[in-house]
Amino acid sequence: MHAHDSGHDQHGFSHVMPIKGLLAIFFALVGLTVATVVAAQLPTGRFDIVVAMVIAVIKALIVATWFMHLRHDKVLNIIAFAGSLFFVILFLGFAMLDKGQYESDLARNAAITAPR
Amino acid sequence: MSSTATETAHDAHHFHDDQAWHLAHHFETPHQQFDSGKLGTWLFLVTEVLFFSGLFVAYGVYRMTRPELFTYASGYLDTKMGAINTVVLIFSSLTAAWAVRCAQLGNRKGLTINIVLTLMCAAGFMVIKYLEYSHKIHIGLFPGAPAEPGQESMWNFNPEWAPGEKVHFADDPNAPALHDLKNFFGVYFCMTGLHGIHVMVGMGLWIWMLIRNLKGQFGPKFYGPVDFVALYWHIVDIIWIFLFPLLYLIRH
Repeated sequence: MHAHDSGHDQHGFSHVMPIKGLLAIFFALVGLTVATVVAAQLPTGRFDIVVAMVIAVIKALIVATWFMHLRHDKVLNIIAFAGSLFFVILFLGFAMLDKGQYESDLARNAAITAPR
Repeated sequence: MSSTATETAHDAHHFHDDQAWHLAHHFETPHQQFDSGKLGTWLFLVTEVLFFSGLFVAYGVYRMTRPELFTYASGYLDTKMGAINTVVLIFSSLTAAWAVRCAQLGNRKGLTINIVLTLMCAAGFMVIKYLEYSHKIHIGLFPGAPAEPGQESMWNFNPEWAPGEKVHFADDPNAPALHDLKNFFGVYFCMTGLHGIHVMVGMGLWIWMLIRNLKGQFGPKFYGPVDFVALYWHIVDIIWIFLFPLLYLIRH
């Protein structure tokens, strides 16, 4: 696979994906889509969101790594993309922590100000 | 790095060859032009990810506030339609990546076929989205639709209530109020709507790429634009990969 890849590198400025690789990625993504639909029917209870997000993250990483060529891309581009994900995690994480922390206060305030 | 240096020297000697027309005057070499374009595209994708993240935070806050509402409202979405659209988008990502391969190898016909396939998938996605949206609007789940039949609304239209759906409301003692359901559907329409706009923008970009390819502009020495449009297309696919389970697959 690797010898094959380096041979292809001569074609341009960046890596060329072999057709077999493209098809393998496609079928992996379809398989994971089926998996996430099936997993949603299982009695995972509160962890359904965790299972769904783990599968979604795997799918997203597969797309980014091979379809988007990050595996063969410049480190700077990888850092830029990983940086955005880092800030998204901070944004989501802190917003959710904050929401969880003040949930009871919000509920109390809502009860006080409710028009009844 | 050494290959870059070799290529720089190489290109300097061939500056006037027939492939150099696409080299903008502010770049030294086609390779440098390609790398700059790619970095610019990635930086744009970073802003896209951050742009969408606001909606994901809104989703998280809403869902944490009313988890039971999200479970119930998600039942109004057709999982089959969502799953078909997911596969349609994944297939379009395959053809987009294949289009880049064709452009890199100078396969003009293959590039045309793959761009057309990508466009057809995008159109198919929007048609399914249209069917889903019209169903939701029909049963009064559009933001700003009247809370009850005949009531005044900001959109000034009366949705015809599908009898089956209405009975569904009335029969279920645990059914949330319609205006509560709209909390979920506000998030749903914003997220899928912004995503749909991105799909339509992507279609415009692919049409542009198709025209340029038919003019014979792309080849092994110049395929940057195809690569960059494909990167954008893949990020739109990634957004949908998250939207599908978050909106359609809430069961607990």
